Amino acid sequence: MAAEPAEPVVVVRGIVNRFRSQVVHNGLDMEVRKGEIFGVVGGSGSGKSVLLRTILGLQTPRAGTVEIEGRDLSRLHGAELRAVKRSYGVTFQHGALFSSLTVAENVQLPLIEAGRLPEDVLDGLADLKLRLVGLPPGTATKYPAQLSGGMIKRVALARALALDPELLFLDEPTSGLDPIAASAFDDLLLYLQRSLHLTVVMITHDLDSIFRTCNRVGVIVDQHMISDTLEGIVHNPHPWIREYFHGARGRLASLERPGRP
Amino acid sequence: MYLDSRADASLRALSAEGRWCADQAQGLARAIEDVELGGTSAVLDAGRIEALDLTGAWFLRHLEGRLRTRGIPFEWRGARPEALEFASSLLGDAGATPPPLLRRREEPLGALGRWTVRQGGQAHDGLEYLGRIFLVWAGAFVQPRRLRAKSIVRHVYETGIQAIPIVALIAFLISVIIAYIGAQELRQVGGEVYVVDLVTLSVLRELGVLLTAIIIAGRSGSAFAAEIGVMRLNEEIDALRAIGINVVEVLVLPRVIGLIIALPLLTIIADAMGLAGGAVLSWLVLDIPFNQFVVRMQEAIAPTTFWAGLLKAPVFAFVIAMIGTFRGIQVRDSSRELGRLTTVAVVESIFTVLFVDAVFAVVYWKLDF
Repeated sequence: MAAEPAEPVVVVRGIVNRFRSQVVHNGLDMEVRKGEIFGVVGGSGSGKSVLLRTILGLQTPRAGTVEIEGRDLSRLHGAELRAVKRSYGVTFQHGALFSSLTVAENVQLPLIEAGRLPEDVLDGLADLKLRLVGLPPGTATKYPAQLSGGMIKRVALARALALDPELLFLDEPTSGLDPIAASAFDDLLLYLQRSLHLTVVMITHDLDSIFRTCNRVGVIVDQHMISDTLEGIVHNPHPWIREYFHGARGRLASLERPGRP
Repeated sequence: MYLDSRADASLRALSAEGRWCADQAQGLARAIEDVELGGTSAVLDAGRIEALDLTGAWFLRHLEGRLRTRGIPFEWRGARPEALEFASSLLGDAGATPPPLLRRREEPLGALGRWTVRQGGQAHDGLEYLGRIFLVWAGAFVQPRRLRAKSIVRHVYETGIQAIPIVALIAFLISVIIAYIGAQELRQVGGEVYVVDLVTLSVLRELGVLLTAIIIAGRSGSAFAAEIGVMRLNEEIDALRAIGINVVEVLVLPRVIGLIIALPLLTIIADAMGLAGGAVLSWLVLDIPFNQFVVRMQEAIAPTTFWAGLLKAPVFAFVIAMIGTFRGIQVRDSSRELGRLTTVAVVESIFTVLFVDAVFAVVYWKLDF
């Protein structure tokens, strides 16, 4: 963990999201710093995915701004906006692999869209990215329908990493995985973050995953976000956060972490 | 720009420079392709690279691979870049370039064989499906509760009532076109009045029901396949089966029965609109007033003419609903399958409707109906 607060990469200020009469976010602030793994936590329906969609520009908030590397997405157009969108990678909750393309083609798609490349280069780069996420070479020619849940998540990660982004958004990367696969995914994430110096924003419900990987955690409660270091957030007095980290599941997860009371 | 190549006697100095990153991939690929590599040995230098990511590292490795295949020994000036070491650790240092991905190719004879086997399997599945529908239907006669009246009503509304405008419009227009062409031809021999016979017979016997069936095949056959297909992709079908609900009973039979009710009714509307179109054109172009049109029409048709057309409607309805739902249930795994099978459903049901119509024509002719 960096002692000095690093420069912020994602800055969210005063986001308001409302659907009809239902207020999801009411002045939500969030800041993600360079090189950290930032976990976003919250109850079902608290608007974690809506927040991610807002940051990605898939959803226009009623108020507030989103800046990625100092650039306000809502004010960018055309080539500039495309450039920002290519500077980060995203994985969706269910993988969102393109079902008509093979695994290799899924990974190659962002590369092909960025410009024409010879076939051997495309194959080589896809091979590299698939190995990076720990998939055997035989996976490349399979279709998404032939893959298991864990493999789909890995392919989605490989596709998100296709253009070597420095910023990664993950929506529940370990949901639906068995504990061993989920723990392997955590290892992979830590490994990638260390070797590629990534900044990661991760929505998750998985307490083990939070304790293993996250440097800082933001909890969405009462339409706002409370964010702190992992140490700090565990001792936060807010009742929901206490329940979240000190309920039966939370205690179990923290017990497994060495050096933690 | 990315790669500077200089020859000093037999030693080649290759200096990488600029951004070696994913966003420069195109330029990097070209630079490595075009770089001059002559010489007996080479020195690589990464000192002037401004930014290097994993994609750039792959390209450095690609360059190493090219040197290796040319048999040119090389060394790095200074340390090998960290990212290159990382990429090499992922890919393993031995293989220069990865084997090209297997792209499956099909032998023509093998393809024909597979196609034949697949068609045989399809015919078998289709027959089995037909049998299941009839079994459930027969069961529903014993237990009327299993007919799902609410669901049937919904499908009558969606496939029938909502289709009235388009069916009416197309029937009217086609009949106007036929009457118009007929009038032009028959006028030359002074038989304008036979336009009435032409329109009446063709609309009542063939066009009314056939047009309606083709419109409905495109409109509802596709909807059946897509609805059920998405339910399959969502695992809704599996959920129904797991709860112990008969899929044919709740999803297929209501659609089949709904369409069997709706299509004859639509056909009657199409017949009426077709006759109206003929009458309007006869009046406007041929100066045949309505009452004369009606009198002539009654002379032209036999008592069975109307029924000859209408009788086909439930059969067409069954064909369309059965093919649409069958193709929907076949959807597996991917959205691409959904699109393919929806297309198949429409093409097959239109083809089958025309084929069945031909069979009807022969049977009617033999029966002198």
